[in-house]
Amino acid sequence: MKHIDEYRDKELVDRLVRQIGKQLTRSWTLMEICGGQTHSIMKYGLLDLLPGGITMIHGPGCPVCVTPVELIDKAIALSIKEGFILASFGDMLRVPGTGSDLLSARAGGGDVRIVYSPLDALQLAVANPGKQVVFFAVGFETTAPAVALALSQAEAKEIKNFSVLVAHVLVPPAMRALLSNPDLRIDGFLAAGHVCTVMGYEEYIPIAEEYHIPIAVTGFEPVDILLGIQKTVQMLENGVVGVENAYPRSVKREGNVRARELLDRVFESGDRSWRGIGNIPQSGYHLRERYRKFDAGTLPGMEGIQARESEHCMAGEILTGIRKPSECSAFGSLCTPEKPLGAPMVSSEGACAAYYRYNRVN
Amino acid sequence: MNSGSKFEPACPIPKSDYEHILLGHGGGGKLTRQLIDRMFYAEFGNEILNRGHDGAYLPSTGHTLAFTTDSFVVDPIFFPGGNIGDLAINGTVNDLACCGAIPRFISLALILEEGLAIEDLWEIVKSIRKAADKSGVSIVTGDTKVVGKGKGDKIFINTSGIGEVIEGTDIGPELCRPGDVIIINGTIADHGIAIISKREGLSFETAIQSDTASLSTMVADVLTKYKSVHVMRDPTRGGLASALNEISEASQTGILLYENKIRVSEAVRGACEIMGFDPLYIANEGKILLIVPREDAAGILEIMRTHPEGRDSAIIGEVTPEHPGLVKLLTTIGSTRIVDMISGEQLPRIC
Repeated sequence: MKHIDEYRDKELVDRLVRQIGKQLTRSWTLMEICGGQTHSIMKYGLLDLLPGGITMIHGPGCPVCVTPVELIDKAIALSIKEGFILASFGDMLRVPGTGSDLLSARAGGGDVRIVYSPLDALQLAVANPGKQVVFFAVGFETTAPAVALALSQAEAKEIKNFSVLVAHVLVPPAMRALLSNPDLRIDGFLAAGHVCTVMGYEEYIPIAEEYHIPIAVTGFEPVDILLGIQKTVQMLENGVVGVENAYPRSVKREGNVRARELLDRVFESGDRSWRGIGNIPQSGYHLRERYRKFDAGTLPGMEGIQARESEHCMAGEILTGIRKPSECSAFGSLCTPEKPLGAPMVSSEGACAAYYRYNRVN
Repeated sequence: MNSGSKFEPACPIPKSDYEHILLGHGGGGKLTRQLIDRMFYAEFGNEILNRGHDGAYLPSTGHTLAFTTDSFVVDPIFFPGGNIGDLAINGTVNDLACCGAIPRFISLALILEEGLAIEDLWEIVKSIRKAADKSGVSIVTGDTKVVGKGKGDKIFINTSGIGEVIEGTDIGPELCRPGDVIIINGTIADHGIAIISKREGLSFETAIQSDTASLSTMVADVLTKYKSVHVMRDPTRGGLASALNEISEASQTGILLYENKIRVSEAVRGACEIMGFDPLYIANEGKILLIVPREDAAGILEIMRTHPEGRDSAIIGEVTPEHPGLVKLLTTIGSTRIVDMISGEQLPRIC
């Protein structure tokens, strides 16, 4: 398939692996931020191909993993509320809340609909004027622009039965939090290509300089990931600090200007609690004053929801790269994709799910 | 029973009578009779069915019999490449074929939802007839029930089938042996993606057609010449990955798939890339896996390729004594990874 096969090309992969090997004079620990990259790494068995000197640790870039339990509990509560439809990306449905998940809520009579875009959720509201449609707005800077677009359309068309439960999180503040963690050694970052497609990479330059760390904006196919690793290793070996764009076919320095303007119109940044990690200052999007009438988080019945995590789950250490999924005592025994204790075992971007699915005996 | 055209008989129940299925169509009275006589007997009639008894009397032929049952609840009931009717026949016929049997008799039970358009039922009945004719099976007994609106989803179908096992064959998942090779008769994931692309809430247009097809003739041709086939399995729900995991576990052998030999159509690949689905886990309705001794593979492939549904048959993997109980994939870039059993349904990803 055009635009895909060339980035899964064996010869290119072999050449990049050789280049990385040639550059290496010592071992380095790199973190890929995005869970989509973690899955690509496992799915294509890249860890087997990489030279021994490279250790990859897996970052917190799995939106469903870091969505706080209390927001999942709220979504479940909304889905079973009379007269409400909860619309969500499919990924969220299996993620455990305190006592249940959205799939179970649906089986128990809750109205949960899988949508592929917030605009589909808005359509659902138009088609069901007698119902309140709530979209569970989960994701990083990648999914936020479509939510902003849905809200600006809802405002323009005066659609009153549509609201959003906002759980959006932002990458750069999370990188700062990771780099400030004394337990964690990261020599270089692969930044998430899709996030940078929207936001550009200017905001990563001060992070690279402040923490003396090279960052490569990286895509998702095997060749993209290896190119990101190669650029990062090159910077490390040459003692260079900065941001390199290893995904130029998608990412521009300034990002998608129109999407950024839309984001800025609808959202403002504020503190956000990350599941398993805790509060990270200025790491979430919240609705601006003008759009707060669309905030499902303030609907009646949303207050007083008490969230609780499994005692056995060490998702926080997994999400910050301190431990690998296979180092968790519950991995593959108490915690499996069928009966997940924590979110990283569920999603198509969770590190535990990636290890379980592609690599659990190695 | 007038006919609108030579090849497409019109619905035998005139619109002026009823446009939709009523609860009374399942009540056992005149309406039920009308449905059975004008639609079912007219289309499916044969010596055994026409006796109109409570059950079918089947002739004994001295063969070992294979018996299977399957229920069909697909949504939407009409999809690109087929409908619930041909699916219900082909599904059961293919299960019999996987047992090494030539399908002979089928039962047909319909659960209709009040309000189903009679025209839709007629379309489905015609497809059932065509599919049954193609596979050479007779519909010998049946049942019709109607449930109230909202208590069903337009139409559910159960079919059970009986087939005669081809002599000299011995087929079962536990018979998979190291040294065998794995054959499939073409591209994967077409049916599942054709269905998903038509589901509510997904507005994308594709030309992807379901692969629903009867495989019994092709299988019979292979088995007539080659009794050495160890395993046959149609990778329906759960796709190729789930079928092979079951076989690997049952036989405690390892299975190694070659990613570059598994064919996925461009359109299906595109849809999977967009939605974050892995084609290895997507349903097929006209595909069959054959696990056979390596030395017989070339001859078997040759026979399969003479059939339209086997034109693209190819070897996609091998059975190995290593990693017993696990399916692995040799990727296009030369690494190896596990192909696990899927847990639950595949859910579209966020980004």
